[in-house]
Amino acid sequence: MSNTEHPAHKACWSCKGPVEVSALFCDTCNAIQAPGQLDHFKRFGLAQSFVVDIDAMEATYLKQQQLLHPDRFASKSGREQALSSQQAASLNEAFETLKNPVARAHYMLRLAGIEPEGGEGHTVNDPELLMEAMEMREALHDAEDKGTIDAMIKDTRKQARACEKDLGDAIDGNAFDAAKKLTTRLRYLMKMTEEARAKKSRLAAA
Amino acid sequence: MALLKIHEPGETPLPHEDERQIAVGIDLGTTNSVVAISRAEKPEVLRDKSGGNAIVPSVVYYGDDAPVVGEEAREHINTDANRVVSSVKRLMGRGLEDVKSVAGTLPYDVEIPEGSSDTAGEPMMVRLNVGNRVLTPVEVSADILRALRARAEEGLDKPVEKAVITVPAYFDDAARTATKDAAKLAGIEVLRLVNEPTAAALAYGLDNGAEGLYAVYDLGGGTFDISLLKMQKGVFQVKATGGDAALGGDDFDHAIAEHLLAERKDGGAADTLDASDAKRLLKTARKVKEGLTDQDAVDVSVNLNGSETSHTVTRAAFEAMIAKLVARTTVITEQVLDDADILPEDVKGVVLVGGSTRVPAVRKAVADLFEQEPLSDIDPDEVVALGAALQAEALTGGSDNLLLDVTPLSLGLETMGGIVEKVIDRNTPIPVAKAQEFTTYQDGQSAMMIHVVQGEREMVDQCRSLARFVLTGIPSMAAGAARIRVQFNVDADGLLTVSAREETTGTEQEVAVKPTYGINEIDMANMLRESMVHAREDMQLRVLTEARVEARRNILAVQAAMEADRALLTSNDEETIKNAIAALEAAMAGDDRDVINEAAEALENASRPFAETRMDSRIRQALAGQNVDEVN
Repeated sequence: MSNTEHPAHKACWSCKGPVEVSALFCDTCNAIQAPGQLDHFKRFGLAQSFVVDIDAMEATYLKQQQLLHPDRFASKSGREQALSSQQAASLNEAFETLKNPVARAHYMLRLAGIEPEGGEGHTVNDPELLMEAMEMREALHDAEDKGTIDAMIKDTRKQARACEKDLGDAIDGNAFDAAKKLTTRLRYLMKMTEEARAKKSRLAAA
Repeated sequence: MALLKIHEPGETPLPHEDERQIAVGIDLGTTNSVVAISRAEKPEVLRDKSGGNAIVPSVVYYGDDAPVVGEEAREHINTDANRVVSSVKRLMGRGLEDVKSVAGTLPYDVEIPEGSSDTAGEPMMVRLNVGNRVLTPVEVSADILRALRARAEEGLDKPVEKAVITVPAYFDDAARTATKDAAKLAGIEVLRLVNEPTAAALAYGLDNGAEGLYAVYDLGGGTFDISLLKMQKGVFQVKATGGDAALGGDDFDHAIAEHLLAERKDGGAADTLDASDAKRLLKTARKVKEGLTDQDAVDVSVNLNGSETSHTVTRAAFEAMIAKLVARTTVITEQVLDDADILPEDVKGVVLVGGSTRVPAVRKAVADLFEQEPLSDIDPDEVVALGAALQAEALTGGSDNLLLDVTPLSLGLETMGGIVEKVIDRNTPIPVAKAQEFTTYQDGQSAMMIHVVQGEREMVDQCRSLARFVLTGIPSMAAGAARIRVQFNVDADGLLTVSAREETTGTEQEVAVKPTYGINEIDMANMLRESMVHAREDMQLRVLTEARVEARRNILAVQAAMEADRALLTSNDEETIKNAIAALEAAMAGDDRDVINEAAEALENASRPFAETRMDSRIRQALAGQNVDEVN
């Protein structure tokens, strides 16, 4: 919690007393609050950085779900049930976003006021990447045996890991143009891994 | 986090014994249903009067009197087969198109209701012709639920109005809604719909205190589910789930029945079967299947159309008949493992659920796939109900355990060219809220069709249509200028609500995705009126209960505030508030909701000056530059 800023307060809907706008529960009467304008990183008590410890984040996620999930409010009033559903959904969204490197990068770019590529109405115009993707897709199309596909999966995953590292350096170094490009590349690499896996299970099922 | 309620000496305790009703767990199965209760985290199934069978066959006989459910209904198959309904779960939320693929395997006539589509142009749920009645699958399920409720009330000697009901993880929105509707008809408030495999894992997890990754392989009478769950620190997290809503032990019975018919044909007996013959033959086939669990061969005689034939079915022959069906389950299991990026050897234990997992060939297939012997120390017919009962207790009485579930199927919208734009991917944790923006494709377009679908395929016609509605009143703009935000909400029961909004003007429309394939609101209201004499009283009781819950929360909140900021409380305010609390408590002891609400409002008014003082005080502290954390 920062010392220089004083957290804004609102009136708790239940006891009508003051409560911090981003608080999950009223510290006076314990009533669950509506989700405030809490960014995903703050929700997990993290500084805004692309490098996250997913295991630690998951531990926080589980701890918070224990408190916020609608199952904890089944015998409470309708209003508390609805608020708990909103809180649990916000928490799920925060965790799903930060867990996945592409979603995390998109989120961080948007926080920086930059619209990532590949969203609605945004086409990708990186000829090098498009060429690379086309070649990978052709290679996958031609692959006939499990061994070849396994090797492809291994290779794309290796590239994805390297790409993710570069992306982290770019975002955390505020090099947003490079970050934008690397995000698109990471998205392609992950999609290719997925397609290769799907083809592998199709081969196995046949 | 739970608030402890402490009464001051001399104060009257709040009357809430009547509100803390018993909640049971119900496994509403295709072939069999079970009801269970949990007390102090010890779940037990509720057996019939003689203390014998826990299983209630999901079979209903519609004779001239009240419907008969269970073993007794099954007896009528031999004498009055066309009034006996079984396996109705397969039809929950299904339209005629869905049923065609299994039509030959259904032992009764199905029909599409008149007009064949509802007001939104969507196909409607099938109806059953039973004797001289026409019934929806929802009504038949409600009759089964009524019987389970009666068994529970008899066994516990108390009214039972709340339950956790389990559904296959793979059940889509229409089938889930239909299940909830059936409970409503039976006078049961559904605390939560829980996925069957999750319930089974809960039953095992609490017993074994297990941590790690578990697979639940659930092969019931009519459905197959496979789920992967991670258990850690009391949280049961569903990682991935998959299955086939039309694959189960019933298919094994059909394979045997077809085999017997084929043998008779080879012997010269060409049979034409009516509904009654088919049901008797299936009953025989099931006996053969059950016999082959322990024996290597079963002898059976079939008497149809006046000719009797003798057959021997060996286990090897049976295994050949069902090999393809069993293989389908292992292929789906591998896909789910792939989806979650998990290798079979990462799985610490495999839980077997459903009567069909008694078939040795099924057990062997599972053991081979995971390279370990599956767990089966809890009766596979009872494990789901036991887990549901634990969850019912957790929801009403509190618990250290928590279930985190996921959406089984992707949810999306139709876009140009009949392509599906996914809004929520399958295996997303619930509850979930997601929004997507769309735009108009014609200049001056004033309306937009919102078509909600569920499924994994890319084309709309290969997915299940859940709802259609039209967002109207879009102001005249150039193509692509309007911003239409479509919001999807999936609640903890896995039920979807969709709303759409034009952002520049705020034109909003909301639709709870409900009727498609289900039963529309009017039908539902009519059925409620016809079938439930006490509907109105039940409703009033529920509203009264809610008013009391809300009033109690109100009192606790004000008391907590007085405790926290006693320094800001004038003795005058304190007296006014205490009087208002006493008045509200008196009102809560009565049965008049309006009186309670008025007293609650009076308490709010009485405590308002105090609340305002508290807000002012906090704001003054902030302005004075004091850190709030230090003040606390």
